[in-house]
Amino acid sequence: MNHYPQAWGRPRDDVYGPYDNSYFQASAPQTHTQSPAVTGTSVLGVKFKDGVVIAADNLASYGSLARFTDVKRLRTFPPNTVIGFGGDVSDMQYLDRLLQSLDIRENYLSSYGHVLNAKNLHTYLSKVLYKRRSDFNPLWNMLLVAGLDDDDKPFLASADLLGTTFSSPTLATGFGAHLAQPLLRKLMPHDEDSVKDVTKEMAVEAIKACMKVLFYRDARSLDKYSIAVVTKDGVELKEDQKLEDQSWAFADQIRGYGTQVN
Amino acid sequence: MASIMNAGGLPSDQPGYSFSNASAPSESSGPRQHAFNPYTDNGGSTLGVTGADFAILAGDTRSTSGYNINTRYAPKLFRIGDDGDSSSRIVLSVVGFAADGNALKERLDAIVKMYKYQHGKPMSVKACAQRLSTILYQKRFFPYYVHAILGGLDDDGKGALYSYDPVGSYEREQCRAAGAAASLIMPFLDNQVNYKNQYIPASGTGHELQPRAIESLPKEDVIGLVKDAFTSATERHIEVGDGLQMLIITKDGIEEIYTPLKRD
Amino acid sequence: MPGFDFSNYNRNAALHARGVPLPKATSTGTTIVGCIFDNGVVIAADTRATSGPIVADKNCEKLHYISPNIWCAGAGTAADTEFTTALISSNLELHALSTGRTPRVVTVMTLLKQHLFRYQGHIGAYLVVAGVDPTGIGLFTVHAHGSTDKLPYVTMGSGSLAAMAVFESTWKRDCTKEEAIKVCSEAILAGIFNDLGSGSNVDVCVIEKDKPTQLLRNYFKPNERVKKERDYKFARGTTAVLNEKVITKEEIGRYVTVHELSSGSDSDSLVVVEKMDVDEV
Repeated sequence: MNHYPQAWGRPRDDVYGPYDNSYFQASAPQTHTQSPAVTGTSVLGVKFKDGVVIAADNLASYGSLARFTDVKRLRTFPPNTVIGFGGDVSDMQYLDRLLQSLDIRENYLSSYGHVLNAKNLHTYLSKVLYKRRSDFNPLWNMLLVAGLDDDDKPFLASADLLGTTFSSPTLATGFGAHLAQPLLRKLMPHDEDSVKDVTKEMAVEAIKACMKVLFYRDARSLDKYSIAVVTKDGVELKEDQKLEDQSWAFADQIRGYGTQVN
Repeated sequence: MASIMNAGGLPSDQPGYSFSNASAPSESSGPRQHAFNPYTDNGGSTLGVTGADFAILAGDTRSTSGYNINTRYAPKLFRIGDDGDSSSRIVLSVVGFAADGNALKERLDAIVKMYKYQHGKPMSVKACAQRLSTILYQKRFFPYYVHAILGGLDDDGKGALYSYDPVGSYEREQCRAAGAAASLIMPFLDNQVNYKNQYIPASGTGHELQPRAIESLPKEDVIGLVKDAFTSATERHIEVGDGLQMLIITKDGIEEIYTPLKRD
Repeated sequence: MPGFDFSNYNRNAALHARGVPLPKATSTGTTIVGCIFDNGVVIAADTRATSGPIVADKNCEKLHYISPNIWCAGAGTAADTEFTTALISSNLELHALSTGRTPRVVTVMTLLKQHLFRYQGHIGAYLVVAGVDPTGIGLFTVHAHGSTDKLPYVTMGSGSLAAMAVFESTWKRDCTKEEAIKVCSEAILAGIFNDLGSGSNVDVCVIEKDKPTQLLRNYFKPNERVKKERDYKFARGTTAVLNEKVITKEEIGRYVTVHELSSGSDSDSLVVVEKMDVDEV
């Protein structure tokens, strides 16, 4: 031991070479998420006369690697809200934890008889997201919040990593915004006025058709998905659905890409 | 401007160039960082026009990101200080980055409501306009990325309209267009509301020709102008369309008119 | 020297390095599609041309003639789709004249891909090639870099995903002409209403075996403009005139010969100044 207390307990300079003091620096620049790592793709949502249908596949990708094939990206919030997450999975799990603690707080500390509905949760989540983007430390997600509003009418809205929010009778995040939204919008020729004419069966069927199109054309998607139907009576969540009646009939007549014939 | 024109130390006897003579920093020098971009543009357009005893604010209801339509109905017009008794006489319109627009609206709304609760009278548009400018300037170095227009009635009951840049510079005006199609709509308004480049026929020759005098337009005429401005902007700007929301502020309250626009 | 003129290339590269932006080309941020049926092929396109966020043309034609039985739908840079198809059409006609055979779709596809590959994507033409020839029915896509695809139904342009979603959910094998026209126009409509780069009307082209090709210009017009609320006619004299000079017939007669034309409104009384001799067929 020498008379330099800061050298005590560290490798001896004469044996191991001079100590790299940069590891001492407690004030290294703080780093934030600059890009997502493990990600989920599209989330789809459609309103119908009594509630909302929401769906997302069960894949978590790591770049172009299909890394986890059993990840549930729909989260229920009792009594009747479902939140669908697209984007970074770790940030999804953070938000999940945040919602869990919010739920517990509401149940144990809040005044009796009051519940948080989908509209309240959407406001809460969008403010979390907007705060984080304003701190330059974004939560890399696009969310759909499905459920009911203050008048028990169907509620469907989205929020993203920038805190941008919007609502529409049909919504889709990620690749779904390009591929699924054109098909879903056909259900609602008069936008909000058409919601009353859409039944649960019509909405579920449209969502399933879109999940199939997404599996055909989105290279980061999976044929296993979760689907939830939210109504006044609660949430009906199915987590291990498989795409049905896929059509690959055209494949056998394709020959090459140009002049090939056989 | 001059610093841009002469950058690179050109001898002063050389002709001025419209570009810098110094080479732009090389693309490949040093690591390239892709920082998080906290802003986006949600498209759309707004406009405001005042008359003798009213103010009209209007905005299309389309929200976009890139070539996608987020939704066909996302209002850009907000009643400020409205606590359910329809006593509000102030309307804010925001266009640009929708999340900032929303945050701005909520802050101004809370302030105007608090003013009313604390002072027992509604805030004047003039005061509200000054306050909005302060809110915007408070974020001078991380601005709210919006073009705001505030409308209401002044102390004399005349239509009042204030327009803002993103960092709080503001001005009271007769009319103003903002957002994606502002450059398409504003010249139309200059001509049809302020009668720019219009002269009274046969009122003189050369410089003696009398310009057509500005008069305050009746409400119905302004509604017609606003609709035509937006149907025309929809024709020629891809981010404008779906629906037109108009809020008309008079002493009797705020009237809302919704008109569908083309959806392509 | 045939081909492109590169003499300003170095100057432009130097300007660009100093921050002068490139001139903006009109691009047809577009939806174009194609689909084969039992006896031929259908291609369709929207009619919006854009320059950035501004609509440059509300009713442009994106279906280009190659030969009577081969047509091309173009997306990308408007000038590139126009000139590339015109060039290949021209070369193909010379080839047909020289060989005495009707041109084939694969020939067009190969000429296009070789031309585009040579220019390494700088010619921004994204095309759907369709047609009928003695070997059968052809439908291809050709990308600006020179890659091609051969499929029973294809989409391209900024609205390609919206259009493809329609095909993937409604396309059936062995469809009839009517079904093919239906699915193609539905796909274009999906692009028109969901993609901001696409808009206005639907153009359709039907190419069938042993039948004349039908170009159904503006097959659907779902976006007619509503009547304006107000009238924008200005009173005569509204625009300021700072200076006025009238040149009389006598004065101008000193420099050119003046002919008096009859004032009658019927076309027979119009004086024909010069007549061009043209071939009549």
